[in-house]
Amino acid sequence: MKKSVFVLASSVLMLSTALTGCFGKPVSTDANDKPASDSQILKLNLHSEPPTADPGLASDTTSGAVARATFDGLTRTTEKGEPINSVAEKIDVSDDGLTYTFHLRDSQWSNGDPVTAHDFEFAWKRALDPNTISDYAYQLYYIKNGEAFNTKKAKRDDVGVKALDDKTLEVKLENPTPFFLELTAFYTYYPVNKKVVEANPKWATEAATHVGNGPFKMEAWEHKSKLVLVKNDKYWDKDTVKLDRIEFSMVEDENTELSMFESGDLDWAGHPLSSLPTDSIPALKDQGKMTTIPIAGTYWYKFNTEQVPFNNVKIRKAFTYAINRQAIIDNITQQEQKPAMGALPESMLLHPEGYFKDNDVETAKKLLEEGIKELGLTKLPPITLSYNTSEAHKKIAEAIQDQWKQELGVEVKLENVEWKTYIDKLHAGNYQVGRMGWLGDFNDPINFLELFKDKKGGNNDTNWENPKFKELLNQSALELDKEKRKKILANAEAILMEDMPIAPIYFYTFSYVKKDQVKGVVLDGLGFVDWKWAYVSK
Amino acid sequence: MFRYLGKRILFMAISLFLIVTSTFFLMHAIPGGPFTSEKKVPEEIKKALEAKYGLDKPLFEQYTDYLVDVIQWDLGPSFTEKSSTVNDMINRGFPVSAHLGLQAIAIAVFGGITLGVIAALKHNKWQDYTGMIIAVLGLSVPSFILATFYQYVFSIELGWFPIAKWESFEYTVLPSLALAASPLAFIARLTRSNMIEVLGQDYIKTAKSKGLSSFVITVKHAIRNALLPVITYLGPLIANVLTGSFVIERIFGIPGLGREFVLSISNRDYTVIMGTTVFYSILLVVLVLLVDLAYTFVDPRIKLAGGGKE
Repeated sequence: MKKSVFVLASSVLMLSTALTGCFGKPVSTDANDKPASDSQILKLNLHSEPPTADPGLASDTTSGAVARATFDGLTRTTEKGEPINSVAEKIDVSDDGLTYTFHLRDSQWSNGDPVTAHDFEFAWKRALDPNTISDYAYQLYYIKNGEAFNTKKAKRDDVGVKALDDKTLEVKLENPTPFFLELTAFYTYYPVNKKVVEANPKWATEAATHVGNGPFKMEAWEHKSKLVLVKNDKYWDKDTVKLDRIEFSMVEDENTELSMFESGDLDWAGHPLSSLPTDSIPALKDQGKMTTIPIAGTYWYKFNTEQVPFNNVKIRKAFTYAINRQAIIDNITQQEQKPAMGALPESMLLHPEGYFKDNDVETAKKLLEEGIKELGLTKLPPITLSYNTSEAHKKIAEAIQDQWKQELGVEVKLENVEWKTYIDKLHAGNYQVGRMGWLGDFNDPINFLELFKDKKGGNNDTNWENPKFKELLNQSALELDKEKRKKILANAEAILMEDMPIAPIYFYTFSYVKKDQVKGVVLDGLGFVDWKWAYVSK
Repeated sequence: MFRYLGKRILFMAISLFLIVTSTFFLMHAIPGGPFTSEKKVPEEIKKALEAKYGLDKPLFEQYTDYLVDVIQWDLGPSFTEKSSTVNDMINRGFPVSAHLGLQAIAIAVFGGITLGVIAALKHNKWQDYTGMIIAVLGLSVPSFILATFYQYVFSIELGWFPIAKWESFEYTVLPSLALAASPLAFIARLTRSNMIEVLGQDYIKTAKSKGLSSFVITVKHAIRNALLPVITYLGPLIANVLTGSFVIERIFGIPGLGREFVLSISNRDYTVIMGTTVFYSILLVVLVLLVDLAYTFVDPRIKLAGGGKE
């Protein structure tokens, strides 16, 4: 090993001496490249080019982070995920929970225009407009006739959002939605400047024409290379904003990102915009540099409940119970994930004790035997476990393959499939057991439970359906009392775990390293990042 | 000469057409599409998206539409990057990749030929062995290892060059070296073996007996003859290197074109797959033609379409 390094080093040296003629001396770093040490600058890595800087079209983490920095919604979420008033100064909710009236504060766009209720009305209707073709239009389906307008079943004027005057926005909802004020902090609900957007449809593609109402504004955007945000002096809450500048690089390679962090070129590496290289995690953890936070997401295996043998609930349960989750977390994922004995992640937990025991081999064996009998088989045929091609998923699948073989004596074949092909395969129900996961869009159990409401719901994949489960979800949408609603949802989760179309494995975490001086970055339970309150301490 | 050129250009057009056609249909044959995502988009939105990009039309119609667009060099919008068209992406990425590529080619050609010639002149001496060890390493060490190794030594340990990003000349040094390694090694081996062969030829002996200096013999007689295979290799190499390397661009965070070739496929970004393929093919066929033309300059004995031996 040492020898080859030496040979490599000598070859490199040879090369570089041979080539000095082509290069000349390397230019030393410009002095003015280095910012003064007392300024409030954050150097971050955006990982990849944000697909869009238009909040109405954004549907991914990177675009979402840029939108959150350059825009402000009626509400904004704090570290605990609780919404606080932002552009809205006062919010009135009708007794039936169906009408929200937002009273807006005086605030300005980064180009000096006033932010009005008309901008919100325009932005929401624009995102819902079937001609805008926003992937995330369904985030606005809670608004009355939102879905109908988006699917061309209602007119633009039927949508339940209306600016009563410049400062008052009235919103009518389909159902009382207890988490609506959280939604108004989500980027699809951000306003856009009506004048700017109508004048120039390509306003969001360059820094020069980009207009926001958030804590930062875009100063430069060199596509695929870097993006610079500076403090927005027109922001209504500008006194709270301490950062002068955020400089984003766009480096996709996680190892390079970590090296840049270690050499001081970056102030942060890892989640939420990128991730830490898996190989470096044990070392970073030992050095005590890594921070890990739980986020609202569940890693699970789905069963195809229409195929033998997973059409039998006892067999599904046997496979779920037999998994040793703690061992997987300790030895493979290593990021302090929590074993999942239910579908709902920690921040939405309704049944903290879990619905079963981790690695309950005895019960699993018993259930398997009964299940095989019920199916009229003598022995379980070999089954196929599918996952999308990735080192991390592969390691987990291999561990579970081994556990199932050891504990249940089942032959398990592994099958890895390229990502998009894999999604197609699962959506088509063309699998036996398959890996999937879900990251919450907003912090409410319904976001997870809804996935399994309809057999052909698009994200269900398991072909499982239960009329009682459906009924409970429908009830929860109409229930105004928070505690009662929780109970209804808890009952629904219990049904899901009784029928077990999915085998929960663990709840996701985010891990990152950051410089000690960087403070106040808000990373909420959904994995959304907000730099509004961030600063560099001296 | 002109007849020859005309014929070649016609063949180029035919091969481009075949490339476009086969890529188009192969691409649509892969399962999954640009709008396949983990969080399934509601059916209506998906339909609207498909209608916007013309994916709802019959495949053959999409194909003819694309042919019409591509002739006007309108490569269409990107599906994943909503703020860019494929033309934008190529206009932005190609200059960066080309800059990096040209530097790498310069290193590879000068370094490779020098190394090869030295190795041949000092055949079976230590210079030969050292040169060939470098060549073997350059060919066998994968570029991602080399790139990471350079970053570790020259950026982290020595601090001479930045680790990544693309801003000024110093940012280009390490990626150029990493990108040049494998072609350099190849050229070195090619030059060496040809030089050894050429040096054993009668006309070299004649030159020696005429009393010419060994410098003149090497430069005027030997290298010129030994370079023909290198030139053949240069055509595809230039097309390859100029359009960027996924691995090098990823590791060094370079906003080039190389990443698009790979990422567009996993994203099923149809227009980008087609756009980059068409662009690369055009570059390739043009360069191969230029290489054939270059033969006549290096070796006047070669006549294009001369003896009618086709």
